[in-house]
Amino acid sequence: MNSRSRVLLSLIFFFVTTLASAQGGGQLRFCLRSDPKTFDPVLVDDDPSERVRYITGGFLMRLNRFTQQLEPELATSWKVSKDGRTISFRLREGLRFSDGTPFSADDVAFTMQRLMDLSLHSPTGDAFRSGDGKVQTQVLAPNKISVTFPAPIASLDQHFDQVAIMSAKSPKKEMAVLGPFYVSDYKAGSYLQLNRNPNYWKHDENGRQLPYLDSVRLDIQGNRDTEMLRFLRGEIDLVDNVDAEYYSRVQTEQAGSGHDSGVTLDPEQVWFNQTPKSPIPAYKRAWFRSTNFRVAIWQALNRDDIARIVYRGRAQSAVGMLSPADKFWFNTRLTTHSYDRQGALKLLAQDGFRLQNGQLFDRDGHLVEFSLVTGAGNKTRERIATMMQQDLSQIGIKLNVVPLDFPSLIERITRTYDYEACLLGLTNMSLGPDAQMNVWLSSADNHQWNPRQKQPETAWEAEIDRLMRTQASSLDPKKRKEAFDRVQQIAWEQAPFIYLVNRHALSAISPKLHNAQPAVLQPYVYWNIDRISKSAEVASK
Amino acid sequence: MIWMRNIAIGVLAMTFAACLLAGTIAPASYAMQFREEPDAAPSHQHWLGTDDLGRDRFSRLLQGTRISLLLAPAAAFLTSVLAGLIGGIAGYWGGWTERVLMAAADLVLSLPWLFLLLTARALMPLNVSPMNSVAITFLILGLLGWAAAARVVCAGARSLRASDFSLQARAMGCGEARLLFRHVAPNLQPMLLTQFWISIPVFILAEANLGILGLGVVEPLPSWGSLLKELSGLTAISGQPWVFVPLLLLIAVVTSFQVLLVDQELPS
Repeated sequence: MNSRSRVLLSLIFFFVTTLASAQGGGQLRFCLRSDPKTFDPVLVDDDPSERVRYITGGFLMRLNRFTQQLEPELATSWKVSKDGRTISFRLREGLRFSDGTPFSADDVAFTMQRLMDLSLHSPTGDAFRSGDGKVQTQVLAPNKISVTFPAPIASLDQHFDQVAIMSAKSPKKEMAVLGPFYVSDYKAGSYLQLNRNPNYWKHDENGRQLPYLDSVRLDIQGNRDTEMLRFLRGEIDLVDNVDAEYYSRVQTEQAGSGHDSGVTLDPEQVWFNQTPKSPIPAYKRAWFRSTNFRVAIWQALNRDDIARIVYRGRAQSAVGMLSPADKFWFNTRLTTHSYDRQGALKLLAQDGFRLQNGQLFDRDGHLVEFSLVTGAGNKTRERIATMMQQDLSQIGIKLNVVPLDFPSLIERITRTYDYEACLLGLTNMSLGPDAQMNVWLSSADNHQWNPRQKQPETAWEAEIDRLMRTQASSLDPKKRKEAFDRVQQIAWEQAPFIYLVNRHALSAISPKLHNAQPAVLQPYVYWNIDRISKSAEVASK
Repeated sequence: MIWMRNIAIGVLAMTFAACLLAGTIAPASYAMQFREEPDAAPSHQHWLGTDDLGRDRFSRLLQGTRISLLLAPAAAFLTSVLAGLIGGIAGYWGGWTERVLMAAADLVLSLPWLFLLLTARALMPLNVSPMNSVAITFLILGLLGWAAAARVVCAGARSLRASDFSLQARAMGCGEARLLFRHVAPNLQPMLLTQFWISIPVFILAEANLGILGLGVVEPLPSWGSLLKELSGLTAISGQPWVFVPLLLLIAVVTSFQVLLVDQELPS
């Protein structure tokens, strides 16, 4: 080969490699609000760690955030036994962790053992703690395993959406992953660099190995203003969860970058303190324990106005304990309590309340006035509370809004019970009733209006207890749905929580990103991160 | 610099007059939400537009200014009185009295006042009306603000005690009480007046800072703090220059106080 041919070959090689690199998916950049506390998937208990686990972890099955259906991942199939205690998996073969260690059923067994190890206090493992006794794993073959729990677990397979499989043999321990990216560099307080996993098992329809992206850079950025400015300047590619006021600005400045995926699972809610041991006056507790009083407050609040003004139209009046975003479990027979000031006054009159010179008095002549605590510095909740003030003043109720720093607020609502009403939001991470058990059982800590009851204090709470236990122990989805529909109806009628609005899932996505399909379940944007690309050419292939 | 002083007096006089006449001038209640007009631009009905809940900005500015300008001088007066008493006694008597009182001042200066305010707010009964809540906030500010001023007054009283005229008064048989109240106290007056003028803008800004943290005046009552809180965040800078009027007024008032203070300190 003469020198001219060598030069020509070198040039061809150069162009081919340049073209190949140009077709790479590029680097995706976005922000985490704080440092992840752990990279160990079993110990994840905070939002940043959960996001890192989502991107790096390999899961036996995954809930498709768009269709809300479970899809096979590392497991090609699975079967839950009739008694609801055992789940058997058939695993994909020939897979490797990011460091090259082979994947087998031993890794699943190892993960389950760590998950259920009481000394590790795994929050993910809590979902599987159904009763006393040990969890037994049985490796039937390198690609087959069964896991048996001491007691039946409802929706057993869905809980595996949170279980990232760890390697039993890799010297890199939790840093060896089966997900699309692995952690390659981390500087606390600054950034987290995730590189493409060369051993990731998934391929697209054309046989190209996923993920399309070469890397993901997560900047640690606590300030939302700075995050939005960086997005608008093009320094980051997405903001996964955007406030309504920022969303309007994104829409104005970068038309097409804002995405409204619709109503989320997350409600804003108010509840009254009904705890017998609380230091509030007995006559006020009597108001709060009256269903008519609570429903009247619900009816007196113009929640459409809250959605329109506070959320700039990017929210909708909440129907009840579940949002319509939960496609399967939401009770479609329920409709939202409509705004009805006269109806509210009629309900109050049934309990002996009377409106006199624009002020409401109870049957014993006490002026109806109560305080509402909420977190200081949360603009959205402070605005909601201020709107509630005006709405309730229309029926003669004086509402004192008390923003408290968060530790004081938590102290009052969980320990001293020295408060009258509270406004807070709830973040629902999972679908259906499983995550609601610790709220709706009367003995639960998070039964906010009257927690830790030894016996249900009201008939309707006793009925909810029974129904929640029925649905939790049943394996028939239809029966579970029926029981949980009834729970939703009781919650709607009795109004222990007054649900205000369900906000929309708002996100900001750079036009440079391809294949992003924002959903209403978290993470909104990058739930399909292995298919997201910054190259149109790659994405279209 | 007479013209600057005149402008400062004019600004303060107009501001105080507007506050006093707030009930007459304000086109609407400061709490009324015009829900069909949130974030409205200035108009004939709403001179400074409306805020994000549809409340008239001009009415809220008048009411907020009234609260801040009434309570900040009250807190400054309280601070000055406490500083005069504690600093004056410490400096005049000296010895262990001075050591004990100045140690107390050091203790107050070393307190993390923000956390103290957070604790005080958390301990307060929940059903406190907004007006009482703001009065308590300024009372706490006033009670906490005396220490630095007391140190200055103490140094002044100490030098006055050792001055020639005190020595002469004692030599002529003047009693301690008469010396303190007749000769020393009047000489401390300019110092206390200076401390009073300095404290007013400090308390206005402190309340504004507390408002930004969500701990100052509670809704629906406005104050300069809560009005300035609206300016925090990216969305505030969104082509609505009229939202900066409270900030401009705060700057004008604080500057006017400073101009009067400097003017007072300059030799005539």
